[in-house]
Amino acid sequence: MTRSLKTPKGWLHARRKMANRLLWVGAILATLIALVPLLMILTYLVVHGLPSLNLAFFTHLPKPVGEVGGGMANAIAGTLELIGLACLLGLPLGIMSGIFLSEFGNNRTGGIIRFLADVLASVPSIVIGIFVYTIVVLPMKHFSALAGGIALGIMMIPTVMRTTEEIVRLVPQSLRQSSLSLGVTQFRTTFSVVLLAARAGVITGVLLAIARIAGETAPLLFTAFGNRFWSYQLNQPIASLPKQIYNYAIAPYDDWHAQAWTGALVLVSLILILSVAARYATRGRYRIVR
Amino acid sequence: MASIARSPRSLSRQGIWGSNFIDRIFRSSTLLLALSIPVLMIALLVILSVMSAPSIHYSGWRFLTASIWDAVHSHYGILFAIYGTLVSSLLALLFAIPISLGAAICLSELAPRWLRNPVSFLIELLAAVPSIVYGLWGIFVLVPFLRVVETWLGERLGYIPLFQGSVTGYGMLTAGMILAIMILPYITSVSREVLTAVPSEQREAAYALGATRWEALRGPVLRYARSGIMGAIILGLGRALGETMAVTMVIGNRAEISSSLFSPGYTLPSLLANEFVEASDHLQTASLVEAALILVVITLIINSIARLMIWKAVKAGQTEARA
Repeated sequence: MTRSLKTPKGWLHARRKMANRLLWVGAILATLIALVPLLMILTYLVVHGLPSLNLAFFTHLPKPVGEVGGGMANAIAGTLELIGLACLLGLPLGIMSGIFLSEFGNNRTGGIIRFLADVLASVPSIVIGIFVYTIVVLPMKHFSALAGGIALGIMMIPTVMRTTEEIVRLVPQSLRQSSLSLGVTQFRTTFSVVLLAARAGVITGVLLAIARIAGETAPLLFTAFGNRFWSYQLNQPIASLPKQIYNYAIAPYDDWHAQAWTGALVLVSLILILSVAARYATRGRYRIVR
Repeated sequence: MASIARSPRSLSRQGIWGSNFIDRIFRSSTLLLALSIPVLMIALLVILSVMSAPSIHYSGWRFLTASIWDAVHSHYGILFAIYGTLVSSLLALLFAIPISLGAAICLSELAPRWLRNPVSFLIELLAAVPSIVYGLWGIFVLVPFLRVVETWLGERLGYIPLFQGSVTGYGMLTAGMILAIMILPYITSVSREVLTAVPSEQREAAYALGATRWEALRGPVLRYARSGIMGAIILGLGRALGETMAVTMVIGNRAEISSSLFSPGYTLPSLLANEFVEASDHLQTASLVEAALILVVITLIINSIARLMIWKAVKAGQTEARA
């Protein structure tokens, strides 16, 4: 150090400057490389997916092998139904658990639940599929939309719970106290005051959770299974966009590959819209919504 | 916002709220719903254990040490899948670590402030792309590309066992690269958070001594953030281990262990994805569930270590900043 200070133009100085420059080059290069896959994937999705994107894709059933055309209408509807089912299970459990953690969870029970939620979030999605297969599909004797919804719902719970907890914690204590001081029950305070104030944040968490499960394929393999035809029934196998993309991608037909790309384009668009909407909902970090 | 009291509990104890009937119901019902998480977790472990009991009984330790998947003669040993899972994930780390750390350093230390959030958002978008889309992209873009690269490597470096064997484009190397892209956003965003949590005194002290940015980063900053960055890496590893669809689509799915990076392999999740629905008898199903149980145990251990390390690093940063 001292030597370099005395002789700033010396060899050591040059070496230090060089190392510093290498850091800049390396870091910027790494950032650019990190951005390449995203750009490539988005480009390919648009280039390969756009040609087959037409009205028929959204309104028609898949055609049998050999016939050109057809769409993924049933898979799109199936994905929406599965998301709806997942929300029916995941939202009440996730939001209520989040409220529990933020309002009553500063104790041992809260700590244990928080830890187990992290554990549940890290269980591979395919294992969730096998779990739901054994508790829902085996007793019902066949694959079903209900099982798919339950599998996705279970995957939603930890995400929704942790975001709800974090957002509800941000609500100023003074707001709760003012409400309680008016003689309002804690029940009403939580639902009409605290949750309302945290509305935007909770919605963000929900949207992010939906974006996460919308593209899940692995848990659906053994639960919703897939279906070539229309089906809304809860106790029947149901098509889904990710599963349909999978079937088409590994099949040897060019026409199906084109449809798989279009399906992927639709799926990614849906997820990106949800992600951006989630970000938009909490632009100003946290604000009180009237 | 800093003055948020911890819990409304103290309030409710003093007032009449604690004795309120509705509130008591409210509180216990939230607790009841929150208990769904421990219940689910316990149920998952119990059911997996019970379902795999026939296999544990039948195959014993051979299940972990043998490398065979023969449904006709009922010989099951998943060493090949454990090997494939570990090798593909480690390859992914090998590719992803330098890029993620470089990007994290760029986004936390070097880039101008207005650029940081948009670029981080773009990198985090990678995490939003579903696994199936990575698989699709892998089959139609990465596999043909790697086929060319692998042929080239095989011709020039074919004397090294790593680069031997026939080239299809499907295999361990492809799986590792897809996984690397998929875990990149996780390692980058957590490392960036950890680096941002390093108190600025650490840097300023180094700059005051005449250190360049690189010297400040290498010494005081990285030493501070080391355990958090390790945590981020292990978290990425946990993600890679459980990844199913993209890997299944590009790894080639062959039940064997090969020293070559080009040859097809199998991972635990892809074994489950391919075989579970087709499992013909009770024992095969039980063997697959045992494989799932092993996968869960591995990811649980890896993730617990990761979370502990990140938690420690961020906490250390916070206490230091406060002091």
